[in-house]
Amino acid sequence: MPEATFLDAGELVINMGPQHPATHGVLRVKLRLDGEKVLGSECVIGYLHRGVEKIAENRNYVQFAPYVDRMDYVAAVTNGMGYVETVEKLLGVELPPRAQYTRMILAELQRIASHLLWLGTHALDIGAMTPVFYTFREREEILKIFENYCGARLTTHAFRIGGLQYDLYDTFEKEVTKFCDYFLPKVDEYETLLTKNRIWLKRTKNVGVISADDAIAYGVTGPVLRGSGVKWDIRKAQPYEAYDKVEFDVPIGQNGDTYDRYLVRMEEMRQSVRIVRQCVDRIEPGPIMGKVGKVIKPPVGEVYHSIESPKGELGYFVVSDGSTHPYRVRVRPPSFVNLQALDIMIRGHLVADVVAIIGTLDIVLGEVDR
Amino acid sequence: MADEPKVPPEGGASETPAKPAPAAGSPASASPQPAAAPPAKPAVPAKPAAPPAPKAPVKPDPWTSPLLDTLQKKFPGAVIEAVIFRNLPSVRVAKESLVPICEFLKSSEGGEYKLLTDHTAVDYPKREKRFDVIYHLYSFQRNDRLRVKVVLGENEKVPSVTGIWPTANWFEREVFDMFGIQYEGHPDLKRILMPDGWTGHPLRKDYDILRQDDNWVQSNLGIKSGQ
Repeated sequence: MPEATFLDAGELVINMGPQHPATHGVLRVKLRLDGEKVLGSECVIGYLHRGVEKIAENRNYVQFAPYVDRMDYVAAVTNGMGYVETVEKLLGVELPPRAQYTRMILAELQRIASHLLWLGTHALDIGAMTPVFYTFREREEILKIFENYCGARLTTHAFRIGGLQYDLYDTFEKEVTKFCDYFLPKVDEYETLLTKNRIWLKRTKNVGVISADDAIAYGVTGPVLRGSGVKWDIRKAQPYEAYDKVEFDVPIGQNGDTYDRYLVRMEEMRQSVRIVRQCVDRIEPGPIMGKVGKVIKPPVGEVYHSIESPKGELGYFVVSDGSTHPYRVRVRPPSFVNLQALDIMIRGHLVADVVAIIGTLDIVLGEVDR
Repeated sequence: MADEPKVPPEGGASETPAKPAPAAGSPASASPQPAAAPPAKPAVPAKPAAPPAPKAPVKPDPWTSPLLDTLQKKFPGAVIEAVIFRNLPSVRVAKESLVPICEFLKSSEGGEYKLLTDHTAVDYPKREKRFDVIYHLYSFQRNDRLRVKVVLGENEKVPSVTGIWPTANWFEREVFDMFGIQYEGHPDLKRILMPDGWTGHPLRKDYDILRQDDNWVQSNLGIKSGQ
């Protein structure tokens, strides 16, 4: 028999990930623990680094467009939209309204799809098995619309610099409206599963609280910032496409906890449906491409443009030296920046809450690592 | 692979910049694109590429704003250049006054640029001072963005802004990782995306991907080449 010893009661450092099911990819978090309480943490990232920004320098503007879809692969449409808009801004191209509304419809559907994926996996992480089946069922309908439109479900490459490559197919508007009618009651259905569920409340209320000031200091954007009560949405603040012509509300939370962020995203899905319906009403036949040359050759200059992706502010900074290749493309990924706030959000919580908080940040490692 | 980008894919097509022959007819007739297209068909395929370019060269305009005046008054000589391009003002400041200027911009007097949206760098190896270090700021109060830029030489250090915006921490680590720019006063400056033992800084323009990659895979993965 070994001699009885007392276990060391000091700090314990454990590794979470990179192959952990609840980290949604290859995120490694080194946790410093006192028993089960988190004292501090350090994120180790880069496992999925593919050098997207370097690739950009070796491709021309058009060739690089499909690569951006591979960053946030659950919201490829918005990623692509951010990139093409940035190049259009650099070129000074105006889009025809049909292209704008099409982009908005697809981008808002993508926001719903991304939030659905988040909801399903987030609930699954916390222990609610049911929602994931429902959310994937509805997400499938959106992916079918994407597939009908451009042939791809995930990495869509739906837009082209200057507009769209494909015009809408005949039944597009009908299918989208059908989806909206079908989807709206489903959001209520998810809410009956979770919103007043006692276990859900226990696991999410007052978990991972981040104050508005901290959120801004750490550069957090998107639903996480709005969950902390900051009413800031780039679609409203600095509208792009035709977001200034549609009506929608920006939901905000009060406490900045996991539960509020959940409510914010649920409401955002409803608002997205609202935007989609307005766009479908306004879309009219017309050209789908603005005036761009066959060879994309922007003037010398630097532009920064950002859009409200499902995860937060997605920004592109493009430097042009006047040639057909970008001199530098910088991606400002929302997930990368939001993930930095993980440390202050998990301090003092239990290990089980770390999973909930990683889920509530809604990160995609493809975008964190690029 | 490294020299690939320098060769324009459409050879002749992209070698016709704004000024030479094709531009002569087009600037007067900026709108009738179809008129410019037909003669192009029998001729060299170089011409269809020209119509988008022939407008007068787009250039950043000088930026004027009360905020800029205050900056110049408060930090005499620190603002080297102030331009606006595509609605985004850009201010180039002296490295020494970067931190005080950032502190000022964050204060209520300076426009409350509370959010450091993005921080990155651009490498121009042919320039005497090769790096542009770039900060994109956002002000909720003004609903306004501002770019602050510092020009930096090869072995110079730039002061860290983590004390002003905590979010700069990872941004600066990334810039260090990708460009090898050193920050003064950063709490924990180490690689973030590349593996710890990596040599070189990938986003520098003179970075040789093949050699670096081979060294690393040989010592870490035990295979001859990563290519």
